[in-house]
Amino acid sequence: MITESCTESRTSNKKSLALSVEKLSVDFHLRTHILHAVRDVSFSLYRGQTLALVGESGSGKSVTTRSIMRLLDSQARQTSGRITLHSENSDVVLTDLDPKSEAIRKIRGRRIALIFQEPMSSLSPVHTIGSQIAEAIRLHHGGTKKTAMESTTKLLEQVEIKNPAEMARRYTYEFSGGMRQRAMIAMALACNPDVLIADEPTTALDVTTQAEIMDLLKRLQESRGMALLLITHDLGLVAEVADEVAVMRFGRLVEGGAVDDIFHAPKTAYAQSLLASTMRLERPAEARASRQLDDDSPMLSVSGLGKSFGIVNWRGKELHSTKAVEGASFDLYPGENLGIVGESGSGKTTLGRMILRIIEPTAGQVMYRDAQGQMADVTRMNRKALTRFHRDVRLIFQDPFASLNPRMTIKQIVGEPLVVNNGMKGAELDARVAELLELVGMERSAMERYPHAFSGGQRQRFSIARALALNPRVIIADEATSALDVSIRAQILDLLIDLQKRLGLSFLFIAHDISVVRYFCDRVLVMHHGRIVEQGDAEMICTAPQDPYTQSLISAVPNPDPRHKRMINRTRFISS
Amino acid sequence: MLGYIIQRVFLMVPTMLGISIISFIIIQLPPGDYLTSVLAAMADSDVTFTADQIARMRENYGLDEPMYMQYIQWIWGIVSRGDFGYSFEWNRPVSELIWERMGATLSISFLSLLFVWAVSLPIGIYSAVRRHSIGDHIATLFGFLGLAIPNFILALTLMYVSFRYFGQSVGGLYSPEFVEQAMSWPKFVDLLKHVWVPVVVIGTAGTAALIRILRANLTDELNKPYVLTARAKGLPEHTVILRYPVRIALNPFVSAIGWVLPQLISGITITAIVLNLPTAGPLLLRALVAQDMYLAGSFILLMGVLTLVGMLLSDILLALLDPRIRFH
Repeated sequence: MITESCTESRTSNKKSLALSVEKLSVDFHLRTHILHAVRDVSFSLYRGQTLALVGESGSGKSVTTRSIMRLLDSQARQTSGRITLHSENSDVVLTDLDPKSEAIRKIRGRRIALIFQEPMSSLSPVHTIGSQIAEAIRLHHGGTKKTAMESTTKLLEQVEIKNPAEMARRYTYEFSGGMRQRAMIAMALACNPDVLIADEPTTALDVTTQAEIMDLLKRLQESRGMALLLITHDLGLVAEVADEVAVMRFGRLVEGGAVDDIFHAPKTAYAQSLLASTMRLERPAEARASRQLDDDSPMLSVSGLGKSFGIVNWRGKELHSTKAVEGASFDLYPGENLGIVGESGSGKTTLGRMILRIIEPTAGQVMYRDAQGQMADVTRMNRKALTRFHRDVRLIFQDPFASLNPRMTIKQIVGEPLVVNNGMKGAELDARVAELLELVGMERSAMERYPHAFSGGQRQRFSIARALALNPRVIIADEATSALDVSIRAQILDLLIDLQKRLGLSFLFIAHDISVVRYFCDRVLVMHHGRIVEQGDAEMICTAPQDPYTQSLISAVPNPDPRHKRMINRTRFISS
Repeated sequence: MLGYIIQRVFLMVPTMLGISIISFIIIQLPPGDYLTSVLAAMADSDVTFTADQIARMRENYGLDEPMYMQYIQWIWGIVSRGDFGYSFEWNRPVSELIWERMGATLSISFLSLLFVWAVSLPIGIYSAVRRHSIGDHIATLFGFLGLAIPNFILALTLMYVSFRYFGQSVGGLYSPEFVEQAMSWPKFVDLLKHVWVPVVVIGTAGTAALIRILRANLTDELNKPYVLTARAKGLPEHTVILRYPVRIALNPFVSAIGWVLPQLISGITITAIVLNLPTAGPLLLRALVAQDMYLAGSFILLMGVLTLVGMLLSDILLALLDPRIRFH
């Protein structure tokens, strides 16, 4: 269906076809059953155009790209379909080529190049960046090491890496996430490919870095006339950069067309709901509006909190220190949702952990007012008082896959704080765990099962249930929704708001995603290089930020409306 | 890098001192000393001594002094004159005895290490890349057999095979006619004929262990995204595997030297006795039984040095192999 709409829209302005996928189906032969990962998917890519393949996790996006490169896993079988790489002289049917043949190897990297999601692990840790790029050049174009290194330097310069000749000799771990992704792009562009496939290229990056990388990709695409296949789950990004969109679900293509049609006149129910859950996060939660804050004295009052990590020599003398957090002061009121926003390395996680004293602060104090109205300084608490404090203030982690022990049942996981702190057991424990599971919208029957049986969203519900076990007053949620798909994300946020109403909780909500914070929080702190640069009402910060850094941060957030592009026209912040 | 090596070498000094003290104490721990075991042997052949004579002999051997004095004299001799003391049993300086045996010990150990690497590297890579294939199952089977069979049984079996079917003289490193001769081409050929038995016997368990380690590590690495990146570049499959995941999976392989080296040197005692090899193991065993304390102490000290040197070597190789270690 998408091929038809594409040909229609292309008849007016002639665009040359670069790659076409027709009726592709891929099955995975698993131990117990056959999984139809991709079913009857067809689309076309044109030179100089961007096609965005959109879908939630498990929709078959990545498998589709792997089949184009003929890089499928050994369990995967392509059962039908045809993938053709078009060029002026002759067309190559990729699906006819043996995945191990020399013919396909000459196409990989040379005519079709791939950029992966995780810049942290997609480059070899033991080779220099330059040698990994030069390898691709020499493989496809030959030449000496010296000429290859010269071209590598030029490429690194094109992807705007400063001091390219020097950086080419550096190793992967000396590069930041954004720089690694730039190096990855340089590698993909090394042989001037006709088709560039970018599989979630900016998912692991901060919004400002994401904006820069997308700018770069756009510019390079225009100057070289490449076709870009962008795989993403972020509809905001799609609206900013795509020409065409294809929406995938459960391995099928449910809708396709020009970007404006998809965003302003989606035909299928799935595209509508996907769009709705994205748009929902563009404004404050409705459930929150009716809430009243009755208490006006803070329950948690942080002043001048700081942490410096030092490198000491062998005599214990400090050589130099990095200030992870400096002079952080803020209040948290009862029943309030306070957001902490910042990019990676801004110190937001350190700040959250210092309040719990998982990381010992090096300066400042944290005053906590307990249920009886007693004030106490957390930084001076002894072990016993700290244990009491930890019952009142709980933590929810980011990664629902890593934060639940795979060898423990849900009952053991959720009940653990009860067993450890209250020595609860038997029927009483069962009843409390069941109550907690009900509270987070899970069935009682989940108790005896293990975490692997559940999806990411369900696991995050268990994490929340575990945090609620001891009737806390404050919950510190560290990127609690970052690892979830957009539709699940909204559900979890609604659950948290609902729990807050019922249990009178306060949230300290640490996130890098501005839209989530806007949806969930009353007030927001913006952190940059360890300092709080701005704090205030969430809506104000998101619509009319005062600080120049906040302005650049907000404007770099992709706007899910192709008629009002925000990221492309963003304000830039030059660090002084 | 050079500074790092120098620092490591300096740090070895206190460790060595600790090893020497502990080994000296442990040797002295069993009741009695060398004289007691000599007297017991004498008493068996009906020769007895008066208490006076025993005291004089004890003085002659320096055994009447307290333990710490004995230790200080011994260690000072090593540091100042390279004198490791005197072997009571052999009536010869310890250093002479040790150097005589160390050559054979080191060369057999080194050959075994090469054997271990040469065999386990290709098999390990094959096992990981073709996991659950017939070849992998066979390699796994032999790996477990190698781990499970005690060295001396393997030694006896190989001796039997090489005697029964190849008609070779077995035991020792040379045939009887060559033992006393100077090194020559025929003697070297004869050495090669003999040396494979101990090398295979000593290396088998280590090979099996390293195959399993490499297989496990490489299996993890093969699924890493950077391997896919290399494939997407258009590299041929064997280049992809050798240049990227194998390179990283080699780390534990190299750090294995640290523990394989002392294990090879000390762990071959039983094998060496069974095969009658002129290596350090049997000598150490006899010295310990006879409470020939300077000989035993020096041997243990030397093994400590070899362990530390092995660790240092493996750390340096690791740093050369992995830039992440180099810079931290």
